[in-house]
Amino acid sequence: MPVDVYLNVAVSGLLTGLVYGLMALGLSVIFGVVRVVNFAHGEMMTIAMYLAIVLFQSLHLDPLVMMVPIAGVLFAFGYALQAGLINPFINRPEHAQFILLVAVALILVNVLLLIFGPDARSVQTSYAYDSFALGPLIVDATKVYAGAAAIVVAAALFAFFRLSYVGKAIRACADNYTGALVVGLNVKRLYALTFGIGAACVGAAGSMLVLIIDVTPPLGPQYTLLAFVIVITGGLGSMPGALLGGVLIGMTEAMAGLLFTPSAKSMFAFAILVLVLLFRPQGILGKRAS
Amino acid sequence: MMRRLVGRVAPRGLWLLGALLLALMIAPHFANDYVLTVLILILYFSYTGQAWNIMMGFAGQLSLGHALYVGLGAYTAAALYVHFGIGPWIGLLAAVPVAMAAGAIIGFLAFRFGVAGVYFAILTIAFAEFARIGFDHVAYTGGSAGYFLPVAQYAHNDLWNLRGAPIMFYYVILALTVAAFVLCRLLLRSRVGYFWLAIREDEEAARALGIDTFRYKMIAVVISAGMTAVAGVFYAFYYNNLFPEQVFSIARSIELILAPIIGGIGTLFGPVLGAFVLTGLSEGMTDLLHALGFDIPGAKQVFYGICLLVVVVALPDGIWPWLSRRLGLERRR
Repeated sequence: MPVDVYLNVAVSGLLTGLVYGLMALGLSVIFGVVRVVNFAHGEMMTIAMYLAIVLFQSLHLDPLVMMVPIAGVLFAFGYALQAGLINPFINRPEHAQFILLVAVALILVNVLLLIFGPDARSVQTSYAYDSFALGPLIVDATKVYAGAAAIVVAAALFAFFRLSYVGKAIRACADNYTGALVVGLNVKRLYALTFGIGAACVGAAGSMLVLIIDVTPPLGPQYTLLAFVIVITGGLGSMPGALLGGVLIGMTEAMAGLLFTPSAKSMFAFAILVLVLLFRPQGILGKRAS
Repeated sequence: MMRRLVGRVAPRGLWLLGALLLALMIAPHFANDYVLTVLILILYFSYTGQAWNIMMGFAGQLSLGHALYVGLGAYTAAALYVHFGIGPWIGLLAAVPVAMAAGAIIGFLAFRFGVAGVYFAILTIAFAEFARIGFDHVAYTGGSAGYFLPVAQYAHNDLWNLRGAPIMFYYVILALTVAAFVLCRLLLRSRVGYFWLAIREDEEAARALGIDTFRYKMIAVVISAGMTAVAGVFYAFYYNNLFPEQVFSIARSIELILAPIIGGIGTLFGPVLGAFVLTGLSEGMTDLLHALGFDIPGAKQVFYGICLLVVVVALPDGIWPWLSRRLGLERRR
């Protein structure tokens, strides 16, 4: 195979990986602060994807524009979930939190199945078959838009956590729970905000991903797993790590699909996860837990 | 050994246990085929729950990838039967060591490199998923098109080759469940069992007391994996078909751990009770929704999820600790 095939596949994987990275960023933010592993992450993304599809099919609204309101809806959902269900579980053992979120995930998948049925759905935008040519490189326009949007959202999130008062307060909760309580932060409310922000990330990622892949309800659990693989590879709790992990896994999947067989592509993602867990359990950019 | 088995149990508890066992022994003579299948399912989940409980309930290691051991057991025994005509009981001699080896590898890698808690849980998922996709591409065992065992006539029950009517499978899985219950009780009252509990409660403290935590965690993983593989062999011969998508799926791993968690983690009776409650709930829901004419795909799972949510929120330690207090089975201190 000529070299430009590899290059094309690599770039395509990179752009998809950025969207994966944004999705994983949501998981990472939630775990980094609330210390709860969101086992319903992929399911929340499928909600966003179906919202984008409904908006597109009924009102012809472009998913990339609808990204903002969809992220808003998911924010509200995440906030309510944390405030109502998860906050009482914060000091419970891991397996109890796990079962709680598995139950939530089960409900979400099957509510979507009830409403939309098992058929795969997608959006057909006017630019679905456009592409950009850069020398030997031919890149799908949708993937370029999605990747660029992912970078913008991630940058906004970095800025929020670095610059805003609330962002700093949330980081304070993550650094030292007791300390945050002592200085008078409303930790439970900040946790709910954080979960909402994580959900908003995944909502934005979902509205981008709907341009790239078809959605069915059982996609949720698969993407939950994928988000885990990415976040642990990059470093649980590290925001740049999540993006890096997303790009790495996106490119690995694309390359594995090209060199072996597309159905075996996630095997390589899991192989990377196993290697990372064994040789650098804190992830590529993660800090070692004390 | 008898004293270790029944010592310090409230007499009422023994009577109730005996009554339950008796009821299960004679149940097939009163149950129709449908109820019998449901009972087999309940016992299957009691058994696998018991096996998983050794790792999580006793030794405190959260595994979310137990489908791996079910699958390895099932595929090993099925491959021996299909390709070499070797029956399931001999097949066990290969299936159990294979799963034990897999458990040992995962345990060794995780515990040596200090992978613990959530990370350990996700490592176990990763191995199970790796196996799922891997088996999709193994032509020797049918790949993603599935692996089928020759289906025998139901005219006579062939216990040696596990070919026959559901009632035979019922007694096989009942025997396995009872054996697992007894084994767990013995383990829990042995030196190893006490070490496990120490590790579960506080690993640092256990190590400080001189317990070789690595070694005892390894023992827990290996025993749990081996026991789960036996369930895999049963699965293969009971269902006669194996698909990587189904056998190794994360949904299977979750299904398998729900019973002990709902029933009560770390308790002996929790997995059994949890299996009864969850399977009963699931089957009852199917009937109810069917009767109401509300038979849409997904409806059952939504209610199932809601029930799960209610139990987790209302009974943090599971149903059994609460129920045993109610029944007055709690040992006086």
